[in-house]
Amino acid sequence: MRRILLMGNPNVGKSAIFSRLTGADVIASNYPGTTVEFIKGYMRIGEERVEVIDIPGTYTLEPNTKAEEVAVRMLKQGDIVVNIVDATCLERNLNLTLQLLKSGKPVVINLNIWDSACHHGIKIDYQRLEQILGVPVVPTCALSGEGIKELVNRFKDAKANTFDYEEEKRWATIGEIVDQVQEVAHRHHTFLEALSDATIMPLSGIPIAILTGLVVFGLIRFIGEYLIGYIMEPAFEHFWAPLMMRFSIFLGSQGFIHDILIGQLIEGKIDFLQSFGALTTGLFVPLAMVLPYVFAFYLVLSVLEDVGYLPRVGVLIDNLMHRLGLHGLSIIPMMLGLGCNVPGALATRIMETRKERFIAATLMAIAVPCMAQIAMIMGLVGKYGVSGLAPVFVSLFLVWLILGSILKSVVKGETPEILIEMPPYRIPYYKALTKKVWIRIRQFTTEAVPFVLLGVVLINVLYTLGIIQFIGKLASPVVSGVLGLPVEATGALIIGFLRKDVAVGMLAPLGLSLKQLIVASVVLTAYFPCVATFAVLLRELGLKDMTKSALIMIATALIVGGLLNLVLGMFL
Amino acid sequence: MIKSLTEMAPGESGFILSIEGGWGMARRLDALGVRPGKRVVKAGAQFFRGPVMVTVDGRQIAVGFGMAGRVMVEVAE
Repeated sequence: MRRILLMGNPNVGKSAIFSRLTGADVIASNYPGTTVEFIKGYMRIGEERVEVIDIPGTYTLEPNTKAEEVAVRMLKQGDIVVNIVDATCLERNLNLTLQLLKSGKPVVINLNIWDSACHHGIKIDYQRLEQILGVPVVPTCALSGEGIKELVNRFKDAKANTFDYEEEKRWATIGEIVDQVQEVAHRHHTFLEALSDATIMPLSGIPIAILTGLVVFGLIRFIGEYLIGYIMEPAFEHFWAPLMMRFSIFLGSQGFIHDILIGQLIEGKIDFLQSFGALTTGLFVPLAMVLPYVFAFYLVLSVLEDVGYLPRVGVLIDNLMHRLGLHGLSIIPMMLGLGCNVPGALATRIMETRKERFIAATLMAIAVPCMAQIAMIMGLVGKYGVSGLAPVFVSLFLVWLILGSILKSVVKGETPEILIEMPPYRIPYYKALTKKVWIRIRQFTTEAVPFVLLGVVLINVLYTLGIIQFIGKLASPVVSGVLGLPVEATGALIIGFLRKDVAVGMLAPLGLSLKQLIVASVVLTAYFPCVATFAVLLRELGLKDMTKSALIMIATALIVGGLLNLVLGMFL
Repeated sequence: MIKSLTEMAPGESGFILSIEGGWGMARRLDALGVRPGKRVVKAGAQFFRGPVMVTVDGRQIAVGFGMAGRVMVEVAE
């Protein structure tokens, strides 16, 4: 099967073109480095089925980051290269174009973001460019889909290099080409450009960033709580509970099967938080408690991503991040990690050195709780208000800061300086936005819900077999002695490896005090990543670094949990 | 007058003369269009030796302080 590679600079819309060509759902955002791994899809050209590969963006064929290495390695395996070029920034993009032409692969050039170029008064004579370079040149707007058909039609005309130039004079050559094909009309500063200045200059940018943070937090909480309180909880209470009660009676109100599916009846009724059956708590936790927050988070995050705000926050906090041995862009893995640690771990690939990737991955796994876990912590500790939530999140933030400063001086290696292009602000295209939120919600429900159900079933089986009680006894010096938690909480620590949200949910029936809830929430976040995150971290860091990272996690969890137990014991 | 990007005042502009750094640094900057001969406008900088914001080819770029100190610019009077 023939292979078509989509290659280009970061943030030129490769992923948007990919999903247009293949119909496959991929995440596209407005910042460099959204795609860190190649993604395969398929399309038909006439009768022929071809493979299409979306490749991480790269400025040159001499890679600087791990994501760029992927790009260069993939080039060798392609039959046709579709070079996607940002029409609003032709000169810089042509640098990669010339290198691709030199590689000897058949190339088609796609001038993407054409609408924005026209809007900005940039006129490109693409037919002339086609004559000069000797390969097809097609303008498109991937977000709206304009020009995609024509692009596909021209794949057959892809040709290997017919354009010759001297390597030393590459930029001069590019300059000559641009002079021949491009005209830029003089124009005034647009509103979005003024906004860009305001959000990145520190005097105005820092207050705006703080305000944005508060609004984002408020919005997520408002949307999440609204969906839970007015839609999901009533739906479960009024429709699902009566149905499950009948099913419970049908099963004879007790027995092994009943306990696994329905769980324990609390005062003769189903309690969705405490019963712990697969069809009761096992569905209630992911769908009614976690999903609303996951939805709210991704809705807000996706808007910020598509507008192009995240890299600006990275520049504003670059100084702080350098104290942790990272640079500002590591805000991106951290932010994604708040949704789910798996994409967060993958996003560490945008960092240049091993030191940065190690610190970013370790800090994220320890101190950044995922939305599923945050939702459950909100559910458990939220009723105490600020005095419940603040100790959990402030502790995690302090751990992040202190551990980061320690790792900065302990871990060998370099932390390079930040160097990044600010993506121009764009108004999110609502179709692309809803699609992206939908992809992420679907990923959550199809990947998380089965794990939650498995977790609930596993808990019941392990309890019935007496295994959790046995490990509980073994671990009691640590769990009760150091952390001040009841022995039963050991079950949560075991299940936390599978799913953190289920683990936090397991604390609900234990009747813990506020102090114990705070300690347990922090320890469950820090002590170890869930299995899905663990698998990705192992692949990204390698066995040796992952072992080190895991030891740091366990040690941190014990120290912080023990300290919290002592300190909070004095106040609560 | 020759100044580095860090010495330039916000709003000053000029043409890049040279990059006083290793090949790797020059290459990273080159990829973003920061190279000798290019017109550059300094937009501003973050506090406490933070990244310097410059505009090249109509695009805003954040350059770390150390790196910015090695980009020499012929500033227009």
